[in-house]
Amino acid sequence: MIGLEHYLTVAATLFVIGIFGLFLNRKNVIILLMSIELMLLAVNINLVAFSSFLNDLVGQVFTLFVLTVAAAEAAIGLAILVSFFRNRGTIAVEDVNVMKG
Amino acid sequence: MISADLNIILPEIVLALYAMGALVGAVYTGKDALAGLLTWATALLFVVVGVWIGFSGAGDREAFDGMFQDDSFARFAKVIILWSAAAVLAMSQEYMQRRGILRFEYPLLVVLAVVGMMMMVSAGNLMSLYMGLELQSLALYVVASIRRESSKSTEAGMKYFVLGALSSGLLLYGSSLVYGFSGTTNFAGIIQAAGEGHTSLGLLFGLVFIVSGLAFKVSAVPFHMWTPDVYEGAPTPITAFFATAPKVAAMGLFARVVHDAFGGVVGDWQQIVALLSLLSMYLGAVAAIGQKDIKRLMAYSSIAHMGYALMGLAAGTEMGVKSMLIYMAIYVATNIGTFAFILSMERDGQPVTDIRSLNMYSKREPGKAIAVLILMFSLAGVPPFIGFFGKLEVLRAAYDAGLAWLAIAGVIASVIGAYYYLRIVFFMYFGDEDAEGLDKNRSPVLYGFLMASAAVLVFGLINLFGIEGPATIAAASLVN
Repeated sequence: MIGLEHYLTVAATLFVIGIFGLFLNRKNVIILLMSIELMLLAVNINLVAFSSFLNDLVGQVFTLFVLTVAAAEAAIGLAILVSFFRNRGTIAVEDVNVMKG
Repeated sequence: MISADLNIILPEIVLALYAMGALVGAVYTGKDALAGLLTWATALLFVVVGVWIGFSGAGDREAFDGMFQDDSFARFAKVIILWSAAAVLAMSQEYMQRRGILRFEYPLLVVLAVVGMMMMVSAGNLMSLYMGLELQSLALYVVASIRRESSKSTEAGMKYFVLGALSSGLLLYGSSLVYGFSGTTNFAGIIQAAGEGHTSLGLLFGLVFIVSGLAFKVSAVPFHMWTPDVYEGAPTPITAFFATAPKVAAMGLFARVVHDAFGGVVGDWQQIVALLSLLSMYLGAVAAIGQKDIKRLMAYSSIAHMGYALMGLAAGTEMGVKSMLIYMAIYVATNIGTFAFILSMERDGQPVTDIRSLNMYSKREPGKAIAVLILMFSLAGVPPFIGFFGKLEVLRAAYDAGLAWLAIAGVIASVIGAYYYLRIVFFMYFGDEDAEGLDKNRSPVLYGFLMASAAVLVFGLINLFGIEGPATIAAASLVN
């Protein structure tokens, strides 16, 4: 029987993979966008699992909002990435370094 | 029922409709030729809506089953947000037009960001919190990289986007845990589920994730990494915007979450907020010392100031919230003046941000130099100016709440921080005679804002312009 804790474990694992993807990735900005998406989807698993466990629809409504916002976020991220690429001719993470910080 | 709800969020609806209507209208007519006009129209609209909200005088109301809270706290924060955004738009019009970076989307994106901020400070539910926060953030990511052909601006936008999205993710993960362990997303329900004293482990995890997500948005240490780069890379008017309205909104949201949703378990979040405050004050004070770029310096300055505002919040009392609101109002008034000055720094028509260009500025423009001196003294918290009273309020709130160690640490940090503010004054009055200086800037708008801000800081010490009364009512409506 698959219970709530299994879903939460999967979601937590995906979330941590997403965070590690953001910090350990040295190659490509696209991978950063994928990591962000992974984090948001992990949250969705959490919300849907809780929603079904609690017999409460609010979590699923929340999920729909998160999905919509994630799409908008990806669109804006890619748009910024395109204008960055036009200026620098690269999307390697190491090259995001005009300013030190 | 629904019309009563809509009536409560009417200001937000008006702004959102204005943004969408103007966006479509400008695309089909003059496009960027309309940008100047739109900027002024938007600033005017902000002022009008600010007056409307500020003087509506309605009591504490809620719309859509508690999703949207319209209380004195929200109205106080909204008035600051709207008026500071109006001031920034008025200051940026000439600067951006002269450099050909004023697009008609700029004022409209600011409107959308402001609607998001108004939603944030009014949030009564994790969903409306998230939607408000994202509406604000998505608009700000675009605004940061609005200078498409500049590699600095796009890099600033990219860094802001990646770290901002990470913080939204953290906040969202916390929200999902809070929802799961309390069974509701309404703050009114969460505060009941959290109980008094100490809360359950699941909710505590959720709370920690939410607080770290919010700490990103207020740029508190250790989640501050994006601030200096974004401040430096974004065009200066946009930096001015980042330094004012979004900070107020994020602090307002922070106060709302910890008091409305977790007000019963003050002990659980007090230590976290106190630690964020301590680290921000010290990092802001120490890291700014070596900066040569005035925009980076202001970034560290804002990190330090957020530390003081968080100190008020860490007190966890009504007085703490009141002191935080007063501190933010003073911070915004000072920063508008400071950025009016930074926007007027130029040589041969090019913007200059090097601190050394201020050498012997007092010889060339004594009036402006005095105004900047007042601003710097107020930022440092030197006694006759109101920046000092803002600091005094938060220190007293922290002391009364039993955080004497934090208050003492805050005093020491402000002494360290005074060094770099006074260094600017030193350059202006006792700097190198031969160094290459700045051209005279004849923009009446920037001059007006600089002088008005300095005047506020001097004359405010009579009674702080009566801001204490509304702030007290606002704090009382949040903490009860």
